[in-house]
Amino acid sequence: MQKKKLFWRKLANHIFRFFSLLAVLLAATAMLVIVSHVIRTGSKSLSLGFFLNPSKPYGMPDSGIANALLGSIMITLGAALLATPPAVCAGIYLAEFRDRPKITAALRFSANVMMGMPSVLVGLFVYTLVVVPSGHFSGLAGSVALAIIMFPVVMRTTEDMLGMVPYALREASLAIGMTRTRTTLRIVCRSARKGLITGILLALARVSGETAPLLFTALFADAWPKHYFSGPTPNMPVLITEYSTNSPFEAMHQAGWGAALVITVLVLALNIGTRILFREKRHAS
Amino acid sequence: MPLKLEAKNLNFFYGSEQVLFDNNLPVEEKKITAVIGPSGCGKSTFLRVCNRIFELYRNQRAEGELLLDGVNVLLPEVDILELRRNVGMIFQKPTPFPMSVFDNVAYPLKLHFKLSRREMFDRVEQALRGASLWDEVKDKLKTSGLELSGGQQQRLCIARAIASEPEVLLMDEPTSALDPLATGKIEELMVELKKRFTIMVVTHNMQQAARISDATAFFFKGVIIEHGATNQIFTNPKNRKTEEYITGRFG
Repeated sequence: MQKKKLFWRKLANHIFRFFSLLAVLLAATAMLVIVSHVIRTGSKSLSLGFFLNPSKPYGMPDSGIANALLGSIMITLGAALLATPPAVCAGIYLAEFRDRPKITAALRFSANVMMGMPSVLVGLFVYTLVVVPSGHFSGLAGSVALAIIMFPVVMRTTEDMLGMVPYALREASLAIGMTRTRTTLRIVCRSARKGLITGILLALARVSGETAPLLFTALFADAWPKHYFSGPTPNMPVLITEYSTNSPFEAMHQAGWGAALVITVLVLALNIGTRILFREKRHAS
Repeated sequence: MPLKLEAKNLNFFYGSEQVLFDNNLPVEEKKITAVIGPSGCGKSTFLRVCNRIFELYRNQRAEGELLLDGVNVLLPEVDILELRRNVGMIFQKPTPFPMSVFDNVAYPLKLHFKLSRREMFDRVEQALRGASLWDEVKDKLKTSGLELSGGQQQRLCIARAIASEPEVLLMDEPTSALDPLATGKIEELMVELKKRFTIMVVTHNMQQAARISDATAFFFKGVIIEHGATNQIFTNPKNRKTEEYITGRFG
């Protein structure tokens, strides 16, 4: 009797483990298939000229992606500059100043809502708020859209990272006569600095592939990104969309795959690099 | 001996829940006063009133008087930063800052004094010597405080606490996270430190209280049941509860 029961329990355990493993393999396989397909197809377009020349209309020789790459970097860095300082401050407020639990809860809730918002909506929002009043698309508008997407992510990771700093450390720094502000900035943030930087970089990696918000804001241009503040600015995600969906030409499709490969590698490198560089060292205590 | 600290009708509340009840406790200068009692009896809370660290939290408040050299430190006009320079605190788990050994000790000095580099270095060395740590760290002052062993970290925290020349040291179970060897070192150090500082130590270790303290206060459910010379408390307690606790029959 006992033995029989044990048999069924063990069997159930094995079945569950099998399906869990299957689910993990499924997820990993999907990623590997996508990445390998992008690599196989995209690598055909890679050449020095591809990286050095700007994009050109179909049929012109020596077309590349250099302008889109540069534009993407400008737009993403702009987003980081816009989003990081206020998002980190908001995260600090959530983690450190708990005197008003209702305000904190409302802030946290709205951040969660913002994180779940479709990015195309953010694009439209910035379109009506920045693009229409200013009368032109611009890289800056793209940065604003990406910054809005980054903001809640950075805020929440900041809060989480600061929350992991033991309370005793705050007490210890107050106990030697530091003010709250100094304790927060010099001790708590310093303890959590690796986590903070990781959170910011991962948020950057996440938004650097966003397409929908840029369609309404930065748009695209077959030219160097000279008009970040005042005109359409080339960027990778929109280049890929344009080349692969809006063009009938095989050569454009091929270039689109190449661009997809470049941005995939960049995002992966940023992701993996961040995780390796800022991996928390464990200290014996 | 003059009194350094004195609690007079001290009450303490977490929100609407009262946890300390009319505590009266005289603490003599340059002595070690052990605070003992079962978990949750309010002994740590008592310590946390002395440097007003409890103010970090909402809803916590103290009533009554806590006199430091005759001045009630609970009054709002008392400068809290100056109070904390005067009353250092050591925690259960070592709390080194995420910076070098040198900077850990230099931090409170930078905070409270204007010192030249030379003076700064001397004061840091002095504090590390005072915490019996100098010989072990003099060659690695630039390494992170987090890389020291647990016992060394705790002595680093003591060095940090004594660097600004406080008058009182509050120690909240300073050895409970340490092995016996490191504990022994801290105990020796405490006996050395009482020549210069008034020490209050919360401990769950009766032998430790008996070994190093001059006076003992027994807390039970937020009330100070008995206080007096350690000798008397441990050999001839007046209250039955005290006797039961120190002989290990409860708590």
